[in-house]
Amino acid sequence: MLGKTAGSLFWMARYLERSENNARLIDAGFRIALTRSSTARSEWRSVLVTAGQDSYFRQAHGEDYMSQRVVDFMLRDPANPSSILSVVKRARDNARTARTYLTREVWEAVNTSWMTLGALLKRQVREDDLPDVLAAIRQNNALVRGAFSGTMLRNDGYNFARLGTFLERADNTARILDVKYYLLLPSVAHIGSSIDNVQWETILRSVSAHRAYHWLYGTEISALKIAEFLILYKQMPRSLAFCCDQMNDNLGLLQRAYGEETDAIRMGSSMCRERLSRPIGSIFDGGLHEFITDFLRANAALAQQIERDYRFVE
Amino acid sequence: MTGQASPGQGGEVRSPYRDYHDWFDREDAARIQRKAQQAEAFFRTTGITFNVYGEDEADERLIPFDVVPRIISAGEWRRLSRGIEQRVRALNAFLHDIYHRQEILRAGRVPVDLISRNEAFLPMMMGMDPPGGVYTHISGIDIVRTGPNEFYVLEDNARTPSGVSYMLENRETMLQMFPELFAKISVREVGDYPLNLLKSLSACAPPKCNGTPTVAVLTPGIHNSAYFEHSFIADQMGAELVEGHDLRVVDGRVAMRTTQGYTPIDVIYRRVDDDFLDPLNFRPDSMLGVPGIWDVYRAGGITIANAPGTGIADDKALYSYMPDIIEFYTGEKALLPNVPTWRCSDPDHLKEVLDRLPELVVKEVHGSGGYGMLVGPAASKKEVAAFRKKLEANPGNYIAQPTLSLSTVPIFTKAGLAPRHVDLRPFVLMSPQGITITPGGLTRVAMTKGSLVVNSSQGGGTKDTWVLED
Repeated sequence: MLGKTAGSLFWMARYLERSENNARLIDAGFRIALTRSSTARSEWRSVLVTAGQDSYFRQAHGEDYMSQRVVDFMLRDPANPSSILSVVKRARDNARTARTYLTREVWEAVNTSWMTLGALLKRQVREDDLPDVLAAIRQNNALVRGAFSGTMLRNDGYNFARLGTFLERADNTARILDVKYYLLLPSVAHIGSSIDNVQWETILRSVSAHRAYHWLYGTEISALKIAEFLILYKQMPRSLAFCCDQMNDNLGLLQRAYGEETDAIRMGSSMCRERLSRPIGSIFDGGLHEFITDFLRANAALAQQIERDYRFVE
Repeated sequence: MTGQASPGQGGEVRSPYRDYHDWFDREDAARIQRKAQQAEAFFRTTGITFNVYGEDEADERLIPFDVVPRIISAGEWRRLSRGIEQRVRALNAFLHDIYHRQEILRAGRVPVDLISRNEAFLPMMMGMDPPGGVYTHISGIDIVRTGPNEFYVLEDNARTPSGVSYMLENRETMLQMFPELFAKISVREVGDYPLNLLKSLSACAPPKCNGTPTVAVLTPGIHNSAYFEHSFIADQMGAELVEGHDLRVVDGRVAMRTTQGYTPIDVIYRRVDDDFLDPLNFRPDSMLGVPGIWDVYRAGGITIANAPGTGIADDKALYSYMPDIIEFYTGEKALLPNVPTWRCSDPDHLKEVLDRLPELVVKEVHGSGGYGMLVGPAASKKEVAAFRKKLEANPGNYIAQPTLSLSTVPIFTKAGLAPRHVDLRPFVLMSPQGITITPGGLTRVAMTKGSLVVNSSQGGGTKDTWVLED
């Protein structure tokens, strides 16, 4: 397949994943803003930092982290290159470029999502409509995902799209940890002490996993457990370990299809082995912040290596 | 029901429409109205849109689709297709001659001027033999009907005729909306066009091709107005859709950048104009083409479809010589007549055109898309006067034709069926193995009452075209 097409599938998947992650971040931020108006502004700031949009926001609106303004910025502000609206548009542009590699069902799902969200986000969203809009973003993404998993050939194109999904997702989970790691730190000193209830719930909500966490760990809430859950727990579909496994599976399939072991394949497997094959305690010992920073760097480097090895661009 | 079957012409239902009308009369107009709205939603989700240049807001538009098929009898189609085949053969022979010995110019049947001053003429093609001797791999011949078995050719599109995706999707839409109609009425298939295109292009593979030819479609990219069509055709053929930056010359072949390195292409169906094909040999500022593709082409390393330089045949002044051209190369009279045409470069013609301007249709020689033309009877006095100035300033740039009394076909409106003017663009494939014409083609319809302009860029619509089985 064309390198450009592989790149378009990769980026289409990344942008779709990003739109959903950002919708989830908005949702979590919105909850905090509702329940804790005193910390709302600093919470919105950390949402923007997590989403990588804080510098754009400050350029456009200064330090005024008002709920309504941040939400509108993240959903549809033209000054924000990562707004949901612009990310969905870019996903669709990439789908159009890779159109010949997509089934009709996938293309129509992506295109419909772009049309639906375009209509919903034409005007500023009222606060009481926000839950519906966020639900629509999730639903449209679910439709794309369903069409993708149900109709796409399991070939190299599929693998590139999956790589995009899990790279983006790992990046998102790591960023959440990066922004919130300081909340987890003080409590580590005395393991078992509980951290701020609303804060930990926000973290879990932003990865849609507060129910799953309870399922797994019962009522015990500790920084160590949350970190373990998000970093190492392989059954959690947004954990770093899960994403890494998926990336390596897809890289492995590419190796089998192309009969070539690329640098990206080597990087992917060492990312898993060196960083994620140790107990959570040892990660904390080495410094959670250092760990996350290093992971984000490795993840970005892997993305670049994939782009090079599979000739997305000349 | 409100849908009173208002007939195509003269108060009487033409015979090919009889079965359709029987069905229509028993249908509930509200149901058809609903279907028409569904069709629009279907076109939107499928992304069958075209981009309008210079319009930022809503830069993707739908071409209006009419749910009433345009129906052609088997007998009419037989005559039509014979005439079309003859015309395309002559066009191809003409192009070969122009780029070789130029017998027709020596014989004085076509003025030398028309070639030497034709912007689409490519001196670099002189003496060049395109693989299989084919210039016009894909052509579209625009035809209008004025009465029973009375057809005229309006123009020839040999450069890069567009619209075939609409022909295919219109049929697909009709099949989804009114499956029962197709059970009742035997309509000839159009869906094999993509495979015929692939076969036809593969049959024109260049000498350096070994094995099964690799075919690719070259598009200027997603911002081009016809991008939907480019991706549609590539998808349907199972061919790669490439842009200039996916390609480069490697070891004397044009190769595409795949995830595993560069792979040679044998046949390129380009939807990029000649000028943009090769920045080394044509326009140096072009980013759309492939540096060096021309040299590969000359050396037999790739087939370019349609062949460079083919656009001379689209010239509307040249069009007026088509009856002579057909006779010169086939030894037969043209089966399909031209619309009588005045060449404004000729002082006598110009005088007559200026005298009768309000009743004529005047077109730019190199124009397309319905831009820059005058439809005399529909124009205001002011518009006619303004056009007169343009015409007098540069008469060689124009041709004029009488306003034909075009026959109409019914379209579906809120008030029932209503007559509108249409044209027809059949799509013709040519390879060394022969000529294939898909039964029917693209019917474009002037959606506004009384209008004669069918171009989509001017608000025209399309409808499905049915050629009936014998």
